[in-house]
Amino acid sequence: MIQPVVLWSDALLFVLIAVIVALTLWARRQDALRAAWARVLKDGVAMAAATVLAVFVLIGLLDSLHYRARLPDQPGTTARYAVEVNSALDALLSDLRLRAEKTYSAPLATHLYAKEALENSTQREFPRLKHGGAHLGQDLSNREFDIAIRVSRGCAGGLVIWLLLATLWCRVRGLELMASLKVGAGGTASGAIFITLLPILLLFGIAISLGGGYHVFGTDKVGQDVLYLSLKSIRTGLLIGTLTTLVMLPVAVLLGILAGYVGGWVDDLIQYLYTTLSSIPGVLLIAAAVLMMQVIIDTHPQWFATSAERADARLLALCLILGMTSWTGVARLLRGETLKLRELEFVQAAQAFGVGRFAIMRRHILPNLMHIVLIALVMDFSGLVLAEAVLSYVGVGVDPSTISFGTMINTARMELAREPMVWWSLVAAFGFMFALVLAANLFADAVRDAFDPRSSV
Amino acid sequence: MSILAVKDLAIHIGAARPVDGISFDIAAGECYALLGESGCGKSMTALGIMRLLPAAAQVTGGAVGFEGGDLLALPESGMRDIRGGGIGMIFQEPATSLNPVLTVGRQISEALELHTALRGAAARARAAELLDQVGIPDPLRRLDEYPFQLSGGLRQRVMIACALAGEPRLLIADEPTTALDVTIQAQVLDLLDELRRKQGMALFLITHDLGVVARMADRVGVMYAGQLVEEAPREAFFAQPAHPYSVRLFAALPDAERRGGRLATIPGSVPAADVRHEGCRFVERCSEVMPECRSAPPSWRDVDGGQRVRCFLPGAAPAVAAEVGAGDTAMAAGSTPLLEVKDLQVHFPIRRGILQRAVGAVRAVDGMSLRLMPGRTLALVGESGCGKTTAGKAMLQLLRPTAGSVQLDGVELTTRSSNELRPLRAKMQMVFQDPFASLNPRLRIGDIIAEGMQALKVGAGDAAAKVGPLLEQVGLRADMVTRYPHEFSGGQRQRIAIARALAVNPQLLVCDEPTSALDVSVQAQILNLLSDLQRDLKLAYLFITHNIAVVDYLAHDVAVMYLGRVVERGTAEEVLRQPRHPYTKALLAAVPRVDGARSEVPKLAGDMPSPANPPAGCHFHPRCPLADESCRRAYPAETLFSATHAVRCIKAV
Amino acid sequence: MLAYIIRRLLYAIPILIGVNLLTFALFFVVNTPDDMARMQLGVKRVTPEAIQKWKAERGYDKPLVWNAAAAGSATLTDTIFFSKSVRMFAGDFGRADDGRDIAREIGQRMGPSLAIAVPTFVLGLFVAISFALLLVFFSGLFYIIGGQWLVSKVWHLVPISGYSGGLDAAKFLILPVIIGVVGGIGSSTRWYRTIFLEEITRDYVRTARAKGLPERVVLFRHVLRNALIPILTGVVVVIPTLFMGSLLTESFFGVPGLGSYTIDAINAQDFAVVRSMVFIGSVLYIVGLLLTDLSYTLADPRVRLQ
Repeated sequence: MIQPVVLWSDALLFVLIAVIVALTLWARRQDALRAAWARVLKDGVAMAAATVLAVFVLIGLLDSLHYRARLPDQPGTTARYAVEVNSALDALLSDLRLRAEKTYSAPLATHLYAKEALENSTQREFPRLKHGGAHLGQDLSNREFDIAIRVSRGCAGGLVIWLLLATLWCRVRGLELMASLKVGAGGTASGAIFITLLPILLLFGIAISLGGGYHVFGTDKVGQDVLYLSLKSIRTGLLIGTLTTLVMLPVAVLLGILAGYVGGWVDDLIQYLYTTLSSIPGVLLIAAAVLMMQVIIDTHPQWFATSAERADARLLALCLILGMTSWTGVARLLRGETLKLRELEFVQAAQAFGVGRFAIMRRHILPNLMHIVLIALVMDFSGLVLAEAVLSYVGVGVDPSTISFGTMINTARMELAREPMVWWSLVAAFGFMFALVLAANLFADAVRDAFDPRSSV
Repeated sequence: MSILAVKDLAIHIGAARPVDGISFDIAAGECYALLGESGCGKSMTALGIMRLLPAAAQVTGGAVGFEGGDLLALPESGMRDIRGGGIGMIFQEPATSLNPVLTVGRQISEALELHTALRGAAARARAAELLDQVGIPDPLRRLDEYPFQLSGGLRQRVMIACALAGEPRLLIADEPTTALDVTIQAQVLDLLDELRRKQGMALFLITHDLGVVARMADRVGVMYAGQLVEEAPREAFFAQPAHPYSVRLFAALPDAERRGGRLATIPGSVPAADVRHEGCRFVERCSEVMPECRSAPPSWRDVDGGQRVRCFLPGAAPAVAAEVGAGDTAMAAGSTPLLEVKDLQVHFPIRRGILQRAVGAVRAVDGMSLRLMPGRTLALVGESGCGKTTAGKAMLQLLRPTAGSVQLDGVELTTRSSNELRPLRAKMQMVFQDPFASLNPRLRIGDIIAEGMQALKVGAGDAAAKVGPLLEQVGLRADMVTRYPHEFSGGQRQRIAIARALAVNPQLLVCDEPTSALDVSVQAQILNLLSDLQRDLKLAYLFITHNIAVVDYLAHDVAVMYLGRVVERGTAEEVLRQPRHPYTKALLAAVPRVDGARSEVPKLAGDMPSPANPPAGCHFHPRCPLADESCRRAYPAETLFSATHAVRCIKAV
Repeated sequence: MLAYIIRRLLYAIPILIGVNLLTFALFFVVNTPDDMARMQLGVKRVTPEAIQKWKAERGYDKPLVWNAAAAGSATLTDTIFFSKSVRMFAGDFGRADDGRDIAREIGQRMGPSLAIAVPTFVLGLFVAISFALLLVFFSGLFYIIGGQWLVSKVWHLVPISGYSGGLDAAKFLILPVIIGVVGGIGSSTRWYRTIFLEEITRDYVRTARAKGLPERVVLFRHVLRNALIPILTGVVVVIPTLFMGSLLTESFFGVPGLGSYTIDAINAQDFAVVRSMVFIGSVLYIVGLLLTDLSYTLADPRVRLQ
C-alpha cells in the first residue's frame, strides 16, 4: 500500500534511540550509574519534566516514520507512488493537514480574518471558513455551547484514559490508587508522572474533540492549521537538539582527553584549534558556513530526488555546522578535567603497572568524565532548540519549507505588524517551545544534580 | 567558676545526630582538650557553640552557657558580639581559612574595628603589635602582604592574631596544627600555650592527637559517636585511662617499645551518625562487653580525682595486652642491595619571560643517595616540601629523574625507555597516600586488582582467580571483588591498594605516607598488615613518612631528608637514639610525646626555605643553632660515624 | 607581568592568522567564486559572460593564491587571497555588493550599536549581580516562596518573548535596553548565584563570621571580592564584542547598527560583508581575551604578585 521512505535524519534518530536503549541497559548494571539515575527517578520535578519530554519525543518519533502513499492503480502500469513524502503523524493528523483555509483565521473562529469581496455583492465581508465550524451550519448562536460541549467531552475522555492508565499501573504494582500518587511511591516518582499525565491527557482530549470541528490555534497566512504546524515543529526541534550533540560529542571527547592527557605539542595544537574556532563569533561562523552550504546545495540540485530530501539534507548540514562550532566549549571543559584526573593517584598506580597511554585514557580517564559528557548533553539540548529559532530568524536556519519553531516565529513576526494583530501563530510556537525547553531544562538540572558531585547546593 | 558550660548540646543534620547530648565545663584560663577520631562530632560541637553550623545542621537541644548567659538564647546581633569578642576561633586549614584577596593587615584590623575602639592608624599599629605577639618577624611588612605570600606556619599565626584581636576570654582551636609540619606544630603549640598563660585566656582545643593533648591540656574529654565517654584531668587520664575506647587508643599508638610486636587495633569503625543506639555506643567494638551494655546506655560513673567515665565496667578498663609478634621481620643485612640510588636529581624548570625560557629550577630532589637491602624497611623521613614523595616517584620512574642513577637488583632504570621498563615494573610497586584518590571509582575491586596482572602479564590467564586469595591476604573477603571503591572505608581502601600492588609479586613496595589519612586505630591495622606481609613475603619497603612514631615502630633503616637531600642516614637505632645532625635532633624533639616529657633540644625557628632558591652552603644553616660562617661556604660532605651511620654536617659530633 | 601580557599579545597573532585562513577556506575554497556568482545571478539566466562580469566587478577574477601570470611580488599580491584576506589585517575590507565601502559602513554603524549595547551590558551586569546577591542573602525566604525557582527557569526563556513584548515602542532606545537586560538576567543571575553559593561555603567565610562580622559585611567585603574574579573573567571578554552590536535586538527594533548590518548582509547573501564581520568579530574577541587576562592579573593578588 505504501512505500516507506527513510530519510537520513530518520535513520540517525533511530540509531540514536537504539544507542540510548543500549546505554540504559548497560547503565543498569553499573552500580554508580544506577544510583545516580535512581536519584533522578526519585525526583518528582525531574520525572514530571521527563513525562512532558516523553510526549514530545513520541510525537517526534511518529513524525519520523516517513512514507510515500500509493497512487490509485492505472490498469496496465506498475504501482506508482506520490511525490509527496508524508509521515505517520501526517496520517494521524490528516484532518488538520488537509482542511486548509484560504488565509488567516483566529483560534476557534468561524470566519476568515480578512475581508473579501463576496460573490454577487460589492460589499467586502468576512467570509465563512470552509472547515472551521462548518458543522454548525448557518446558525452560529450555539457556537459557544458547542465549544463547551466539546471541551467537556474532551476532558471526560482524557480523564477516563488517565483513570484507566492509573488503575492499570496500580494493578501491576499492587498499589492503592491514592497511595501511588504520593511522590516517591514504588522507588520512582510515579506520582509525579501521573499528576503530569493528567493535564497532558486532558489537553489532548480537548484538542482532539475541538480539533474535529474547529481550528484550535487558528490558521496561518496560507490557511494551514497552526496546531498542525506546531506539532510538526517538534521533530525539527528534537533533531537539532540531539543530532547536533551527537555530531559534536565524539570530537569534543577525543580532542579534550588527548589535549589533557598527552599534553605537549598535541595539547598546544588542540588548544590553538579551539581558541581559533571559538574566537569567531558563533552566529557569524554558523551564518558563513550555512551560506556556503546553501551555495553547494543550490548548485547541485541533481543530488536530491524529492524536496523532502533536500530539506532533510539542509537540516542535517545545519546540525553538522552547529556541532562543529560548538564542540570547543565541551572540549575545553574535558581538557581541564582530564588535567586534574591525570594527577590523581589511581592514574599513577596504572602508570606504575606500565599500562599504556590509550588504555589509561579509556579505562581511567573516560569513565570518570562521562558525567560531564552527560551533563553537557542534556544542558545543551534546550540551548540548541533556542538556537534554531534564532538562526531561522536570522535567515540561516533550516530550509524555509521545513516546519520549525524558528520558521513559524519568523513568519509570525511579519504578521504582528498587521492591524488587528495576528498573535496566535507566535503564541502557539512560543507555548510549545516553552514547554519543551522548560521540561528539558528541569530535567537537565536534575540530571546535573544527580551526577555532579559538586552541585550539592 | 566556669567560663563555658555546655549542657546536653544536641545537633542534628536531618536524621543524623553528629552531636547527641554533650555536656562539659571549661574554667577560666583552663585548657580543655576534646579528643576523638574523625567523624565523632568534635568540630560540630565547636561550630554549635559559635552558632556557625552549616545550613543543614541545627541545634536541637541543650544550652551553651558563656560567662553566665545562654548563647543559644541570644539574638544573632548579640551573638556577633560574642564571636571574636568573647570567644575567638581558629581552624584547621590555614591555607583556606584566610581570605585570599585581602591583605593580612586588613583581615586583622577588621576584627579590631569591630571589637575595639581602634580605627585607622591606631588599628594598624595594634595589628602590627599582634603580629609581633604571635611571633611573626618584620610585622610592618607582613601587614601589606596577602596570605598566599606566607608559609603555612605563618598563616596559622595570622589566624591566631585575627582571633586575638577582639581579646577573647576563650579561644576555640579546631585541630590547629593538624595541617602543619611537626617542627611548625611545636612552634604553634608553644605560642598557644604562652598566650594562654600570659592573657589568662581559656583554650578549648579540639584534636585527634594524644601527643598534643599531653602537651597542652589541663583536662581531657574523650568523644565517641556524638557523646563524651570519658572526662579526666590530664595526669589521671594519661596515668590510667578508664574507658575501654581510651585504653585502646593508647594501645594503637605505634612506638619503639612495640617494635616487632603487633599494635592493638579497634575492630570495626565508628558507627554512622544516623544509627539509633539502645545501649552503649562502643558496644560493637568493645572487648569487655557485658549483657547490660546492649540494653541501656551507661551513665556517668566517677572514678576518682575528677575522672569520670561512661561505662558499666567497674574500675578502670584493663590494659590491652600487647600481642606478641614473630620478632623482628628484617632479614639480615649484608646481602646485595635491592635498590641503590646515587645522586638522584629531580628538577622542575621555572619558566619565565616572553619566550617561557627556563630561568631556574625547583630542585625538588637534589642529589640524594640511598641503599635498601632486600626484605628490610627504609624510612624516608622529612617535612612536607622536602622532596621525599618526588624522590619515591622518581625511583619508580613515574617521574623521570633529571640526573643520577637508580638500580633495582643491579639493573639501571633511568636509561630505559618506558617499554623496556615494563618487565621490571612487576618488581617495584607503590602504595599511595590518599586511599580515596588511589582507586578508580568507576572500576570494581576485582578489576582494580587484576589490572596490574593483566598489564604486566603476571599469572597469565588466571588473573581473576588470584584476586580472591589476594583480598583474603590483606584481610578482606574474597566475595568483595564485585563491589566498587565507594562501598569501603578508608582503611579498607588502603588494604585494596596494597592488594593491587601485591598482585604482581613485587620485591619492593614504595609506601608514600600510607597511613597519614587514617585514624590512629585504623593506622594500627594497616601497620600490622604491612609487617605481616613483610614477614611472609620478604618484601622490602621504602616507607615515606613524616610520622616519627611510625618510623620508630617499623623502620630498620632511616634516612632523614631536608630540602632535596639526605642529611642523615643509618639504622633506626642510630638515627633515632643517637641523632647527630641538628635537624634530626630538632625534628625528634618537636614530636609531642604522650608521656608529656619535654625535650631539652631547642625548637627550630622559621620555615623550610624554598627548593627553588636553597641557601648557599649547608641548606640548613639559616635555621641551625650551631651554624657559623663555615657552614655558609659549602655543602658538607658525608661524615661516617659507623659503617651504616652517615651525617652531612660539619658540626656533628 | 609585562612579559606575560606581551606573550599573550604574541599568541593572538597565530590565532588571527588561523581565523583568516579559515574564512578564506570557507569563502573561496569550499565554493569557487564561480559558484557564488551563479547563485547570486540566479541559476537560470546565467551565462559565462555574466559570471565573468560579476567576478571582475568584485575582484574575484584573480587566481586564488598564486598568480603565475604576474611578475615579481605580484605573483603573491595579485591574488584573491592577498587582496581579500591578507588586506583585512590592514583594515581594508573592500566593497559590499551595493558598492559601498565596508570599512566606512562599519565605522558609521558602530555608534548606534554601542548606544544599545553599552547600557544593556552595564545595567544587565549590575542588575544580575545584585539580584544574585539578594538570592544568596535571602535564599531561605526565596525558597519558601519558590520565586527563585521560577525566576531562573522562566527568565531563561525570556529573550524570545522579547519579540512580542517590545513591538509598540520600537523607536525608543530604552525598550531594547530593558528587554536586553531582562533577557540576560535569567542565565547570568543563575551563573552568578552558583559562583556566590560556591564562594560562601569556603573556609574563609567561616573565619569572617567567627570574627563576629555582620552578614552584610561578610557578603560584600569577603564573598563579593572573591566572586568578582570569576565573574570578571566571564564578563570582560564580552566588552569588545559590544561593538558588534546585538543581531536580534537591532534587526528587530530597526536600529542601524552593526548587528542589523550583518543580518541584512546574510539575507542579501553579501559575502564580502559577512567575511568582514567574521574577521572583525574575531579581532574583537581576541582583544577581549587579552583584556580578560589583564583584568585578571589586576584583580587577583595571587596572579599580580607572582
